[in-house]
This record gives sequence, C-alpha cells and structure tokens, in this order.
Amino acid sequence: MVPAAPLVRKSPNPLNAAFVRTYRNPLGFFGLLILGLLVIGALAAPLISPYNPVAQHQGKELLGPSGEFWLGTDELGRDLLSRVIYGARPSLVVALMVVVIGGGLGIVAGLAAGYLGGWVNALLMRIFDAMFAFPPILLGFVIIAALGPGTTQVAYAIALAVVPSLGRVARSLVLKERYRDYVLAARCTGAGTGRVMFLHVLPNAVSPMIVNLALLMGFSVLAEASLAFLGLGTQPPTPSWGAMLNESRAYLRNDPWMAICPGVVLALLLLGLNYLADALREAFDPRRVNAGF
Amino acid sequence: MGRYLLRRVLQAIPVIFFSTFIVFMVIHLIPGDAATVLAGPNATPEALAAIRKEMGLDQPLLVQYVVWLGHLLQGDLGNSTLSGQPILKLLEARAPATIELTVAAMTISMLIALPLGILSATHVRGRIEWLISTIQSLWLAIPNFWAGILAIIIFSLVLRWLPPGGRVADSTDIGGTIKSLILPATTLALYLAAGLSRFIKFNLLEVFFDDYVRTARAKGLSNTAVVYGHALRNAMLPVITILGVQFASLLGGTVIIESVFSWPGVGGLMLDGISNRDYGVVQAGLLLLVILFIIINLLVDLAYALVDPRIRFGDT
Repeated sequence: MVPAAPLVRKSPNPLNAAFVRTYRNPLGFFGLLILGLLVIGALAAPLISPYNPVAQHQGKELLGPSGEFWLGTDELGRDLLSRVIYGARPSLVVALMVVVIGGGLGIVAGLAAGYLGGWVNALLMRIFDAMFAFPPILLGFVIIAALGPGTTQVAYAIALAVVPSLGRVARSLVLKERYRDYVLAARCTGAGTGRVMFLHVLPNAVSPMIVNLALLMGFSVLAEASLAFLGLGTQPPTPSWGAMLNESRAYLRNDPWMAICPGVVLALLLLGLNYLADALREAFDPRRVNAGF
Repeated sequence: MGRYLLRRVLQAIPVIFFSTFIVFMVIHLIPGDAATVLAGPNATPEALAAIRKEMGLDQPLLVQYVVWLGHLLQGDLGNSTLSGQPILKLLEARAPATIELTVAAMTISMLIALPLGILSATHVRGRIEWLISTIQSLWLAIPNFWAGILAIIIFSLVLRWLPPGGRVADSTDIGGTIKSLILPATTLALYLAAGLSRFIKFNLLEVFFDDYVRTARAKGLSNTAVVYGHALRNAMLPVITILGVQFASLLGGTVIIESVFSWPGVGGLMLDGISNRDYGVVQAGLLLLVILFIIINLLVDLAYALVDPRIRFGDT
C-alpha cells in the first residue's frame, strides 16, 4: 500500500532563502567580505599588526611607506598600518553596540507603540516627534557633552539618537501585523499580551527591519568616525580612523599619505555596508527589484 | 493661501517653544553646572553655593527655565561662562557664516541633483543611469570630512586653485568670498546631492507610468515637453518635502565641514563650548540650529502649498 502523502508540505524558510539571495548577490557578497575581513582583522589585531599601535619610534616620524613601515609613520613615529588595523575596533564596537542598544530600544518602543496603542502610542510618538526636531548628530553632541568624550559614550549617544527613526519603522510594521488572524488565534488560546507581543508579533513584524539594521551599522560607523574626527569620540592615543584623520590635518602639505590610509579603509567599510543593505533589501523584497527599481 | 499660511506659521510657534524647553532640559541634565566651571576645581562648597545663588542656579529647574525663556524673548541669551561676552554677540558674529554655507550648499546640491535625477530617470536601465548610480553609491560611502580633506589636498595644495580654509567676508572682494565658499559648500552639497538625485529619479519613474503622462505622450507632445511640462512638476512634490528633512543632516554636516575648512560658524562655537563646558553657548547654538531647522521646514510646507493647490484648498 502506498503511504498517504503528507498533508502539510514543509515550505522553505523564507528568512533562510533571503539570506542565500543576499549571499549570492555580488554586491551583498562584497559587503559581507569587507565586513568579515575587518571583523577578523580587528579581532586578530595583536597577531597581525607589525608593531604596537601606540609605540613611538623616535627619529622615524612622518615617514612614507617603506619595507620597515608598510604604510609609513605618523607625527609621533607610530606605525600607520598597525594603527589602521587597530582603528577598526572602535568603529566595529560602536556599530555593534548601536545595533544592539539603539536597534533593541527602537524595536521594543515601536512594538509597544504599535501593539498597545492608546496612551503608550501617543506618548512615544510625541517623544519621537520632539527628538526629530534635532538632527541626529547634534543630539549626539549634546549627549556627549553630558557623558564626556569616549568610545562607549559615542555608542550610547548614537544609539539614543537613532531610537525615534527605528521606532517609527518598527511601529508601522507592527501595525500591519497586529490584526492578522494568527495574532487573534494566539490570543484565543489564552496567550498573554507580553507573550503575543514578543513571541508572535515581533518575529513576524521585524524581519524586514534587518535592512534597517544594516543601514544603521553604516550610519553608526560614519557617526563614530565623525565624532572622533571632531575630538569627541575615541580619545588619543587609542587609534580610531576618525581621530587619525583629524591628526593628519596638520600634515596635509608634506605628508598627505597620513590622510589617505584611514580614509580608504573607512570608505571601504561604509561602501561594503551600503552594498550589504542594498543586497538585503533586494533579497527581502524581490517584487520591487523585478519592477525595475 | 493667506489662511493656510497663517495657520502654518501659528502651528510652528508651539513647536519652537517646545524645542526651547527640550534644549534647556537636556543641557541642564548635564552633571557639573556653570558654577563649577566658574569657581574652578579648588573652590570651597560655600563659594560654589554663593556663585550658584548669584546665577540663580539654586532655583528649581522649571523656575530657571521660565527666567531663561523670559530673557530669551527679550533677546538676552546670557553671557559665555568662558569669555564673559554676551552669547548673542557671539552668535551674531558666527551665524551669517553658517547660514551662508548651508544656503549655498543647498542651492548647489539642487543644481547638481536635478539634472542627474532627470538624466537617470529618462535613461533608466541605460549606461548613463548605471554610471550615475555607481558614482552615487561610491560617493555616499565617502565620509564628508574625508572628502573635505581630499579636496583640500587636491584643489588647494596640489593645484593651488582655491584657499584651503577660512572665510572671506569682504563685500569689496566678491571673488575672494566666492572662492573661499566653493570647497566647503560643494563638499557639503555633493553628499546631499547623491541622495537627492536618487530620490528625484524614483519619483520621476513613478509618475512616468501615470495616465496623465501617457495622455500627454498620446497627444504627440515631445519627450522634453512631457518630462518638463508634465512629469517633473508632480514628481517634485515629494522632493520638496525631503529637502526639508535633509536639511537636518545638512546642519549636522555643517558642524563637521566648518571644522574641516576652519569656517568660522556656529558649529565651531558649539564645539568649543562642549570642550570648555561652556553650556550657555552650546545651548544657544543648538537652539539656533533647531529654530533654523523648524523655519526651513515651515518654508518647505509653504512651498509645497504653492506648488500643489490641493493642499491649499483641501482642508481649510
């Protein structure tokens, strides 16, 4: 006797399919490659950098690239290659912290506003409106004025500054989901508000937000570098790309090399993250791509 | 139109008041007040208390806010803790430079974005569109301060065409004024233009498939007449809105670009204020930028109403 065909066919997980599409997209692959290389470089910095990034080699200041110092040295005789490698750390740490803290707060706030509605929604939306009147980087300024300069402070500042925009996106996605049948079904089985919100609505609503999180990483890397450039971020002698570019300004005439190296890696990381976000967007929304946009 | 204008202006007033409140509260949440800065690190608690009393810092925060707002409405922003000069004077000296830079950048970015957006929309899926979008995504990955540094290296130090920084504000030297403005304004503008031209392209592409555009083509109008006479006008509506939103990032960028090119604007004043804990100055600078932002968005809404009669007459 032939066994009966199963009634429910297992459909492929759409999330996995989207990640495979991202990976197979040349731009997405490029983005993942850059990000991966820099993460490995930052983690393995003590193993792969030729020198200590803060060691000053006296008598060897402001050298151009050579066999001894592959990318040359800065005004204090520090090896630029080692500083560029270690400089990836603040960028990536801040990006990670912002995605976890800012992304987390934004998603929870959006979930609460969208699902609970009522006064929670009204209150959160007014707070977001007020925060929107401040350009994010200025908001970052004020928070850093309060916390003092430094890498973690920068991460908190950027994380807080991005909550309103992420919260709005999350809220609109939650609003689309909350009246779906599966939410009603979950409530009928007696699931509490918290359970429905976090176990049912959240996973379904926020998967498109992975694109926003990729964009958020790019934004945080840029904001961290900008604030470090202005002297508000990572403090010397700890190397960070933004601060290195700031230091290079006094030596542009004779040593433009100092301004080139950190800028190139910074731009590569930003380009990779932008491409990754583009690839993720295409992977999660194939309809739009097919329409030719 | 008059009623719409009046209503919109009246709506902006509470927003400005609210923003003064936020700015005040945020600045006063910062630990370590002006008295600690003035008194120095070795001050006795009694001396500190005396200075606090003199400056009114021992009053409840809300009372301090009302007092500050009262002074603000009379045009008195207080004095800088560091230099002792009236903050209004400092702002008056710096604001024109910032406004000049942002307005120039906004104008340049529209002048670049509009033709690029139209070109990529009319040549969609062609080589021109591919080239433009590749340059855009490369450009968006370059931080504006690095672009500024590269511009200084290329145009000032190697080619010696333009000054590497500083502002010439001399009405007898128009050439010098424009020369000093070109690098900072263009650096600021290009970043904005990359996003704007993309937005213009998408909006044009959307209206290209609308019935009225098909009708215009069916009437036998030339491509130019269809694009400029029919499609562009409607596609520009959302672009005007986004221009207002983009102004926020422009203000943020201004602070950075001012620092790169030693442009004597409000951004530098605020940065000095942060590093010297001169919070009155930071507060005033922030307020100025936020009010500028609100006013620009008001102007955007008014421009919107001017272009689109539906808004003027729709819900009055």
